[in-house]
Amino acid sequence: MGIVQIVAVILILVLLVKPVGTYLYYVFSNEPNRTDRIFGGIEKWIFQLGGLKNRKGMSWKKYAISFLSTNVVLVAFGYLILRLQGGLPFNPNGIGEMEQTLSFNTVISFITNTNLQHYSGETGLSYFSQMAVITMLMFTSAASGFSVAVAFVRGITGKESLGNFFEDFVKAHTRVFLPIALLVALTLVALQVPQTLNPTIEVTTLEGQTQQIAIGPVASLESIKHLGTNGGGFFGVNSAHPFENPSPLTNVIEILSMWTLPASLPYMYGLFARNKRQGWGIFSAMMVLFVLLLSLNFYAESKGNPAINAMGIDASQGSMEGKEVRFGIPQSSLFTAVTTAATTGSVNNMHDTQTPLGGITPLALMMLNNVFGGKGVGVINMLMYAILAVFLCGLMVGRTPEFLGRKIEAKEMKLIAIAILIHPLIILGPTAISFLTDLGQGAISNSGYHGLSQVLYEYTSSAANNGSGFEGLADNSTFWNMMTGLVMLLGRYISMIAMLAVAGSLLRKKPVPETIGTFRTDNGLFTGILIGTVLIIGALTFLPVLVLGPVAEYLTLR
Amino acid sequence: MEKVSKEATEQESVSKGAFLFSIVRLSAIMIILCGIVYPLASTAIAQVLMPSQANGSLLKNSEGKVIGSELIGQKFINPALFHGRVSSIDYKAESSGSNNYGPSNPDMLQRTKDSVTQWKTNNPEVPISRLPIDLITNSGSGLDPHISPASAQVQIPRISSLTGISKDTLEELVKKHTEGRDLGLFGEERVNVLKLNKDLLELQAK
Repeated sequence: MGIVQIVAVILILVLLVKPVGTYLYYVFSNEPNRTDRIFGGIEKWIFQLGGLKNRKGMSWKKYAISFLSTNVVLVAFGYLILRLQGGLPFNPNGIGEMEQTLSFNTVISFITNTNLQHYSGETGLSYFSQMAVITMLMFTSAASGFSVAVAFVRGITGKESLGNFFEDFVKAHTRVFLPIALLVALTLVALQVPQTLNPTIEVTTLEGQTQQIAIGPVASLESIKHLGTNGGGFFGVNSAHPFENPSPLTNVIEILSMWTLPASLPYMYGLFARNKRQGWGIFSAMMVLFVLLLSLNFYAESKGNPAINAMGIDASQGSMEGKEVRFGIPQSSLFTAVTTAATTGSVNNMHDTQTPLGGITPLALMMLNNVFGGKGVGVINMLMYAILAVFLCGLMVGRTPEFLGRKIEAKEMKLIAIAILIHPLIILGPTAISFLTDLGQGAISNSGYHGLSQVLYEYTSSAANNGSGFEGLADNSTFWNMMTGLVMLLGRYISMIAMLAVAGSLLRKKPVPETIGTFRTDNGLFTGILIGTVLIIGALTFLPVLVLGPVAEYLTLR
Repeated sequence: MEKVSKEATEQESVSKGAFLFSIVRLSAIMIILCGIVYPLASTAIAQVLMPSQANGSLLKNSEGKVIGSELIGQKFINPALFHGRVSSIDYKAESSGSNNYGPSNPDMLQRTKDSVTQWKTNNPEVPISRLPIDLITNSGSGLDPHISPASAQVQIPRISSLTGISKDTLEELVKKHTEGRDLGLFGEERVNVLKLNKDLLELQAK
């Protein structure tokens, strides 16, 4: 039954890819279509109020500056609210203002679509902050990432320009995130996720004790948290909390909410490239890597923890430490794989408690950072690997590599090399620094090899803008707030800007006609080479550290 | 010539100012739309159409008093009631969480061993080979309202001997409270401990 329900969810996803990808193409191709009639009115009004009547195509630099400036303004606003939340409205539980470095970490975390949380929502945020800062940044960071992805796709498929950032940014809100978020939020309420502004409830339990039950506007945050692949929970334990994720059905809805948009982007890319097979090729590469890593987690978690199984109890359910009964292994395993593949970072089971081999899955998916990937970033990263694969093949046969009819030359390869190398650098460097300092080491809560995994996970999650954690780590300190804050910033913006530059550079090149000698990028052979490239680069960079952490723990626990 | 370039820079600086002002205005619109209008509109619709779900699916006893939420687990120590899963936060729902013990963590292994020993003392009729793993492991949220049907069944002998209610009646009760998979496919079969105990207490009162 376990495998059947996993396959069922994957099938639903595959069925959704085509319609959703087509819709996204309609939204961002900027050609007149039926969706204009529904959304044109409100957009016109927003553009008018924003002084954006004139929306010309932008150069890559202008696009990057618009994207960055908007993010800076939003972050500044968010920081102010967090520092002042004690005196602002919608604060029935009387929560005070947030400390400086924690506020810094929190706004960076949400604008970079990471949603690493060093606070606990129930006790650290007023309802106003949950809405005007957290929910708002969940929308805007997702829309920002989406816009950059669309611009990148326009660049490499040779449209007239990269497009206009503000137009993409607004359309991502009005035509994608806001309407779908409202729909999903109300569906979740129907399935018992709370949505209220009332304060914490106090009840007397069956055994006569007092129980305080934290509650709030959960559903509206929950839906955009997944749709925007954000992942920051309303409550400390995120989607493991019965109010955030009360049943297996809500679990499936949340999985599909975070998975469908990133999985549809390759199809949208295929439409932009006027070659759907290109899109399916990229999608297949992602799906193959996903299924491989999901299987590892499902197998390891079903088999359970040998140390506990040895106690002679009935362990047929698998490793249940840190998991919820309603989800069991299949729904937990699938959620873990999707949330780290799509770099959402919400969790419905505690990744820290997973078996050593099971814990490799979330780590590896974030290290690769291109298997579906977060709002927009995944498809950019996978296309970057596609260009690298073309380049490697070009080297082997001694031809100038081409991608979609454009020559790949030194400038693009340098930018791609920067984007590929920055990711391991900001994971492994800070991990090493943390082990060299007492400030870093002091946070580790599980001794031995697992401690290494905890620190490694924290930085991998920050760099991949995922936001889940091996949450035993005591990470709310100045050291961890600042370190992970910087890693999140670098992880988000360096590769995005580099890839916008690649798109800008490719856009200016003259297309070369396709000949018999052209290396095709829309067949099974190329998909295979792409998977190989991703795995080889990933293994070369991260295998040694994985051996020191989870693999060593597995060997000692066996 | 000079005049022209000066004009051009002036125009550029004006447009730069306008550009920044546009960004601030656009951000303000998005803050209001996504941060205020959207959550408040969702709240309003939810409260009007689905007030019971929107307010936490609260559970009332026969006298109409709220005894908890059907979604949030409670702590049960009375041996004559069904027990839920291990919770390091003792089901204190003003926060949530668990210890995040890694699989090789010595504290976790010790806690599990202690649970097994305790089980042997309190449930002499049921061998530990039948003790399901979910009953002695910490849930992720620390608030898990459910246990597996097997975990409810193995507690029946203890509860039956303490309350005098027949095993068959208790079997019936557990069966009544066993929820199937969602849509017959998703998730696991489970028993809500709070609802089960509520019925058990009503049964005892009769």
